[in-house]
Amino acid sequence: MRFMTIVKSRETGAQPSPALIEKIMKLGEEASKKGVMVEMGGLGPTALGARARLANGKITITDGPFTEAKEVLGGFAIYDVPSKKDALEWTRRFLEAHIGLWDQELEVEVRQMMDGNPSEGC
Amino acid sequence: MAIPPKVAEAIDAVWRIESARLIAGLARMVGDLGVAEDLAQDALVAALEQWPASGVPDNPGAWLMATAKHRAIDQLRRRKMLDRKHEHLGRELASRQVSPESDLAEAIDDHVGDDLLRLIFTTCHPVLTTEARVALTLRLLGGLTTDEIARAFLQPKTAIQQRIVRAKRTLAAARVPFEVPARAELAARLGSVLEVIYLIFNEGYSATAGADWVRPALCEDALRLVRILAELAPDEPEVHGLVALLEIQASRIRARVGPDGEPILLLQQDRGRWDHLLISRGLAALERAEAFGGGYGPYALQAAIAACHARAHTPEETDWTRIVALYDALAQLMPSPVVELNRAVALSMAFGPAAGLEVIDGLQGDPALAGYHLLPSVRGDLLAKLGRLEEARAELKRAAELTQNVRERNLLLKKMEAL
Repeated sequence: MRFMTIVKSRETGAQPSPALIEKIMKLGEEASKKGVMVEMGGLGPTALGARARLANGKITITDGPFTEAKEVLGGFAIYDVPSKKDALEWTRRFLEAHIGLWDQELEVEVRQMMDGNPSEGC
Repeated sequence: MAIPPKVAEAIDAVWRIESARLIAGLARMVGDLGVAEDLAQDALVAALEQWPASGVPDNPGAWLMATAKHRAIDQLRRRKMLDRKHEHLGRELASRQVSPESDLAEAIDDHVGDDLLRLIFTTCHPVLTTEARVALTLRLLGGLTTDEIARAFLQPKTAIQQRIVRAKRTLAAARVPFEVPARAELAARLGSVLEVIYLIFNEGYSATAGADWVRPALCEDALRLVRILAELAPDEPEVHGLVALLEIQASRIRARVGPDGEPILLLQQDRGRWDHLLISRGLAALERAEAFGGGYGPYALQAAIAACHARAHTPEETDWTRIVALYDALAQLMPSPVVELNRAVALSMAFGPAAGLEVIDGLQGDPALAGYHLLPSVRGDLLAKLGRLEEARAELKRAAELTQNVRERNLLLKKMEAL
């Protein structure tokens, strides 16, 4: 089953150090070697993005940055693993890689992707 | 002591992630797969005892390895097998114990790829029966429990247990060295590895027995295994060929089964339900296989055929002429009546049912296809297209009698009645 892990944090403009990037890349490599990494990626600053919104039947588009947002999405990974436990263990390792190299709060949402495979009851 | 559920789950996950390389690393050191697995299991027991109180260590893989090595040394000493070789081994192991968290992890990392490659070549060794290779590979590389393997293959747990025990004994008795085969042997041995992974996938993709037509969990296990292999042996084009084939076939899993569990065949599938992430991974793997420039191997050829379907947005867009050409090449490389059967289907799609029927009629009476339900099934379809309905019904009925799969039987009977 596939899980998407979504990294959320405050947008402060702080850039990850080369040491942190290397650690994260290494972890990604390890997950690839174990056959569970489907895709991973980091997202650019919200200043380069936009929001499209549907409300009361009307679509509005707002360009970034999302200054009012408490937390923004920073990156994601898609894992193909036998269970949620495995996705959580990879996420734990991802967060652990930040210890000592990243001083802001981080939150990772771990969400099962609805693949619609019969074994997954959907 | 009861283990808090969160820790138990974490240990479970750590085991599945780390067990293969743990066993592989230990097998290199002690030279026996059974002993290596026992040592790894001991380390797991230690984790179950200690982690609930201490928490999961920062580098759980290194912790398990350090613990298992301690046990290995203890065992060597206890068994008084301290001849010079073992003494040396003991010293070497002991000297690496200093900092289990960092240095050791690095030291192990250097060997990991090689160790895992040795492991997969050993679990797929030709001294073992095919069933034993499948079970041992799922267990040691895939990290599946005996229970999970038994459930996947609809067999009693004790049967799988015995199969695994016997397999380990056979490897030990035959003194199968824990190594990657030499160049001269490599192609044949790699063939066995690919075949085992392909078999696991296929049992999941079109279950030969039971009430379900697909068992996606087995497909996923096979996919993980082949992706691992592609990282371990990136210079082997056929490995990428198999990756491509499995990714593309897996992309159709959710479209292959209807709401009531009935099978939906390729041309009737809702292509919008295909998994496009897997298709693009599959096409990328096929490109990697092609980039070696040595022409297609059998798996890459089958992947190229699957890719023709994957690229067509509607069944009408399918490039059947290219598929016929690819089947021609496959029939040259790997002549088999099953390939001929598929070639006949492609021919009928490219050039009309009569062209396909001609090939099929040449296959009648082939002993390799006796009892194979797809022969009458395909022949029935072609006869129906030619308007020979009476004969078509007889063939579909025969196919329904031959298949072991309940879902498939129902589909064939429904087709027959619709004529």
